[in-house]
Amino acid sequence: MGTQRKGAIVGYAEWPTVRRYDGPRRFMLEQWMDLAAEALADAGLALEDVDGLVCGTLREANMFVPATVVEYLGQPVKFAEFVDLGGATGTGMLWRAAAAIELGLCDVVLCALPGLPIPSNPDPRDRPPPEARWLGSTSNAWGSPQAEFEVPFGNVAQNAGYAMIAAHYEARFGSCERARAQISAQQRASAALNPLAAFYEKPVSLDEVLASPMIAEPLRLLEIVMPCAGGAAVVLASPEKAKQSPHRPVQITGYGESLTIKTPTFADDLAVTPVAAAAATAFARAGTTPAAMDLLALYDCYTITVLLTLEDAGFCPKGAGAAFLAERNLAFDGDFPVNTHGGQLGVGQPGLAGGLLQPIEAARQLMGRAGPRQVRDLNRALVTGTGGVMSEQVALILEGA
Amino acid sequence: MTETLLAPLAPKMTPTSTPFWAALGEGRVVLQQCDGCEAWVFYPRPRCPHCLSPALSWKPVSGRATLTTWTHCPRPTAPPFTGLAPQTLAVVTLEEGVRMSTFLLETAGRTLELGMALSPRFVPTEDGTATLLAFAPA
Repeated sequence: MGTQRKGAIVGYAEWPTVRRYDGPRRFMLEQWMDLAAEALADAGLALEDVDGLVCGTLREANMFVPATVVEYLGQPVKFAEFVDLGGATGTGMLWRAAAAIELGLCDVVLCALPGLPIPSNPDPRDRPPPEARWLGSTSNAWGSPQAEFEVPFGNVAQNAGYAMIAAHYEARFGSCERARAQISAQQRASAALNPLAAFYEKPVSLDEVLASPMIAEPLRLLEIVMPCAGGAAVVLASPEKAKQSPHRPVQITGYGESLTIKTPTFADDLAVTPVAAAAATAFARAGTTPAAMDLLALYDCYTITVLLTLEDAGFCPKGAGAAFLAERNLAFDGDFPVNTHGGQLGVGQPGLAGGLLQPIEAARQLMGRAGPRQVRDLNRALVTGTGGVMSEQVALILEGA
Repeated sequence: MTETLLAPLAPKMTPTSTPFWAALGEGRVVLQQCDGCEAWVFYPRPRCPHCLSPALSWKPVSGRATLTTWTHCPRPTAPPFTGLAPQTLAVVTLEEGVRMSTFLLETAGRTLELGMALSPRFVPTEDGTATLLAFAPA
């Protein structure tokens, strides 16, 4: 399916993800510029090569985000997108960029998601309201169904929603507690080898995960991502422009997206996520199958997200995830490498930029740049992005050219 | 939780949903049903999300439901709910098939199970402006 002209990842920038950032604070536009410079240098391309741009939300602009970034960077483009898919924003940016290149709309697309703290605003009227801190992905604006039918019950942000998905799953298919703890512990083992990770050199055991405090049953503290500071950017290029990059181009050969609900209260089946539709589309477009994947880089805001993603992407039947994981080792040198950078459970979650860390790790591995955690004989990877509470989903197939 | 429970946050009610909240204030549950395709609709909307018909009628229903999922939260899910912790949040399915978010009451000594029968409970908000629809094991 599709055309021969594939968009490929040719360079990236990934800032260290840190729990307590004490460096200089900069506006997101300033961070955009830094990330663009680093990613373009990595790709062996110059600013004037860029003719496409994909943005996520900016604190400095509620509207006209791409034009604001274009002007700030000083580089006109022929293709601009604004993506609003929560944790799936990063992967959603990449397939839009790749599709634009496939269509011949542009040749070099820059995607960046800043995630460092911005300067403290001296004017209190410009600060976000205190409730913004606990609302998370929930809208409390008048007229929002969540403001009327979720917030009054305390079903806000992400923990309770993911916990209710996990509880429903366990009520139907049995406990997956040990499998979830295994995901966390094995990813932390990989993060211990990743100097960019907040948990570098800080592994945890399966028993430590099981002993961590209960937050929302059945989910425990060490099954939940830690909010961090960071930032990431990716440069995609057409086959002609990719020749200028010093790296093995990593083509995006398949992509799929699925949105079904905002709040899982209204999911048709709480145990089946939009991953199923997104991954099926991505595999079909790439003409490949789950069995052909050498590496998985799966969005992991919670442990349960990884387990459900494995099932819904077709690696094992629904309900069989725990048994499937019990026989596998997710580490870089294991038989089933998943999130070899540590995932967000091991790296930390630098806001929306967390959704670019999975595709960047897959690209790093496919380019052969993963150093001590390099997976050998690597050609194909599945990458996923999850937004909200399993409410928006993107799947990508990455292949080394 | 006691019978004098008050909910800390009021819903931000809209003109479209006024009949739903007014009924709860009287201890009744009403839902929209599509005059065209007969689908039950929740949350309230100006058109049916199955066939887009604007002809929706408010109908009294029993408020009986079954338990679809739940999470016992030892810690408050947000600062306004500190006084209610530990809370058991839930998603329930009403007899008519529609889902809603809620919290569970009167669960002490009860083993919660998927599909267990639930009865409605009417919980006023602290500010006295609204009544929330909670549930308890039947």
